[in-house]
Formats: sequence, structure tokens, C-alpha cells
Amino acid sequence: MQINHHLSDELLMAYSAGILPEAFSLVVATHISMCDECRARLASFDAIGGAMMDQAAGADVSDDSFASTLKLISDGPKDAILTERVPASKVPAPLHQYLPEGGLDAIRWRSVGMGVKQAILPTSKDASVRLLKIPAGVAVPDHGHRGTELTLVLQGAFRDDHDRFGPGDLEIADEDMHHTPVAEDGEDCICLAATDAPLRFNGLLPRIAQPFVGI
Amino acid sequence: MFLENFDPIPPSPRNHRMLTEQVQSQETGAQPLALPYTKGERATARRNGKRPMTSADVKEDKWIDCVVQIHAQRDQTAFRALFDHFAPKVKGFLMRSGMTASLAEECTQDVMATLWHKAHLFDPTRASVGTWIFTIARNRQIDILRKQRRPEPEDLEWGPSAEPDQEEVMALQQDSARLSAALAELPEKQRDLIERAYFGELSHSEIADATGLPLGTIKSRIRLALERLRHSMR
Repeated sequence: MQINHHLSDELLMAYSAGILPEAFSLVVATHISMCDECRARLASFDAIGGAMMDQAAGADVSDDSFASTLKLISDGPKDAILTERVPASKVPAPLHQYLPEGGLDAIRWRSVGMGVKQAILPTSKDASVRLLKIPAGVAVPDHGHRGTELTLVLQGAFRDDHDRFGPGDLEIADEDMHHTPVAEDGEDCICLAATDAPLRFNGLLPRIAQPFVGI
Repeated sequence: MFLENFDPIPPSPRNHRMLTEQVQSQETGAQPLALPYTKGERATARRNGKRPMTSADVKEDKWIDCVVQIHAQRDQTAFRALFDHFAPKVKGFLMRSGMTASLAEECTQDVMATLWHKAHLFDPTRASVGTWIFTIARNRQIDILRKQRRPEPEDLEWGPSAEPDQEEVMALQQDSARLSAALAELPEKQRDLIERAYFGELSHSEIADATGLPLGTIKSRIRLALERLRHSMR
């Protein structure tokens, strides 16, 4: 998979430090599952965290701390913990865990107009994440962003005024960005999109629709 | 078919090189990084005495051995050695992240017990022992303080290989040692911001509020710090 648009240092560092909202972490983890380069970069940021923890002043543990830990261990599972292997799925494992039983095929898409459909995934409320399905050749209306928006292409491709985004590519949009993404001809474009603020559409009709469709 | 190109287990070798395979960043325009040698060459160089073992290497060898002993023999002496070194660091990290001393104590015990149970999952070609423990502590901290899930990337394979490639292990140790040294040498203002980001549980805008620095200054300082780290990893 040729990926041209990657995670920024800022996002990788925030993910490594554990300060991203769950919705953003899901997009980051899904991209890393598809992108070896960003996986390697994340290892570097984790190493920074490890070195920081190693160099910082520690805090004394209580006298019975070790004994308590041994008790925790003996009370815990007798056998080593095995990693859970997600059954073979059409989508990367972190995303798979947020889909209903039956995976992508079981998703209940809701129309948001102009043929575009969405399904909001359950996460913590500090940001939101949805799957978007844009029919081939269809434009998502010009919209600005109040916060930060991450859009990861899972299938198909879209173009905006600046670039092309294919499978695995991540678009990072901030509030200054106005654009009109258009799904390429061919197959429907499916994206995983996270935002920390509601999108705001510039056309009249979509703006009226906005409060009802939860965009 | 949906995502027919998606292969859950990429065929390429496991990638874990430190800060060396940086891609061209869209935002910063940072240059791709390149090391003067490949990992294998560096490991060979070290064996040939061109790059002698440092005390950090010796220590890291000891920690790796401890984890192996815990996995292989449920060795409590090895566990005690790891505990004495890392438990206070974990507790310090958790307290700085906003936990009370008693919650941090409880959580530290939990982190160290997790280390015991997951010793077989540690892969010394992918992370140092300290980094691995940091990731366990960080995940626990997100569970407890933020009460959120943190989606994790898909594993590349079923756990670490039984006999990790020693050259890769050494190369990773060397990179870790250089990164630690580079971090320690960062100008204080840059280091402070990176530390806050990792320890203070602060977003960049919250750091701005806490320090009175404008967001742009914070971002550029962090950017400078990362560039400096990359430079020293060359």
C-alpha cells in the first residue's frame, strides 16, 4: 500500500503521551496499523517517553509495596496473559473493535444528504469519530472546521483542491482550512473521520441540516 | 471487495528503528533522517570494539535478562531487581500525571504485576525495558485517570520471536542510549515542554495556559527539540 500522507509529529507525540481523545486515538491507531513508517515513528516517540520516565525523579514506594505486588501476582491469572487476536477482518484490528458484530457489513448507515452516508462510532465525548461513505464522483460540500479534523481513507480515494488521498492516507485539517473533497470515480470512498468540534458547512441547506444529522 | 489491499500483517520486516526512518513531515518540512550505518553494521562495529559497551548497555542487558528470567523461570529475584529500579520511576510518573500518592502506589503495583504476567510479550528488538514499562504505565494511567479506552495499533505478529536477533537487540540498545543522552542535553526550555507533554497530561493548549506562553511558541519549541533529537540520532 503506497501511503503518501502521514501522521504529524504533534499527533504521534500526543498519542504516545496518551493525551489524545479516544476518537483521535482510534484514527491514529488505525493509520499505524496500515503504515509501517508511522509505526516506526511511534516507537521513537514511545522511546522518548521511556527515557523521560527513566530520567525523571522517582517517588519512594511504600515498604510493603513489593510484597503487595507479589500478592497481586499470585491472585492474578496463573498462566501468562495471551494477546487477544482479533479474527481476520476486512479492517484493521483497532477499528474492528468499534464495529458492531458482523463488522462493516452490519453497519447501519445514515444518510446525511447528497448520497453521503455516515455511521458514528461510540467513543468518549471529548471528540467524535464516524465512518463516512461518499459515492464515487460525489463532492462533500465545502466546509470549514472549528477544530481539528482527521480523515483516514479506508477504501477508494478523494481529492481536494490540494491533493489526492488514497487508502491509508490521512488528511489533517485545522480551522483555517476550507476545502471541497470529491470522491474519485470508481468505487465509493469510505473514510474514518474524527473531529473535536462540529463541522460547519458553508452552504445554506447543509447548515440547516447539521443539527439534525449530528455532523 | 472492501480493503482488499489491506494486509493485517505487513510483509516487511518489523520496523522499530529509532527516529531514523522519519518520513518527510507535511507540517514541519523536516528532512528525512538517515543514519551513517545500518543496524547490523553498527552492531558489528560494537562487537569489533569500535563502539565499546557503555554502562547504559550493560544495565540494559541486565534488565532484558531479568525480563527473560521472569518469563522463563518465574524468577522472583530478577523481578525484585526490576521492581527496585523501575517501581519508583513508575510511581513518580503517575504522580506527575495527576494521581495522589496512594492511587499512584496502587497503580504502580498493578503496572509491575502486569509486567510479570506479560513478560513473554516483551520484545527487546522493539523497545527497551524502560520504554516497555512506560507504555504499560501510560495505558494504566489512561484507564484510571481519563476513564477512556486507548485503541492500540494492530500487532505485527504473534508476540516476539523466541530468539530475538542479537544484532537488532544491540542496535536498539545503542539507539536508546543515544536518545537518552540527546534528551538530557536538550536546552532546558525545550526539554521542559516535552516533559510536560509526556508527564503533565497536558495538551498543547493547556501547556499554553499553564506557562503563559503562546501556543505558537510552544509548538515551535517542541519542533526545535525534535529536530535537535533527530540531528543527534544521525
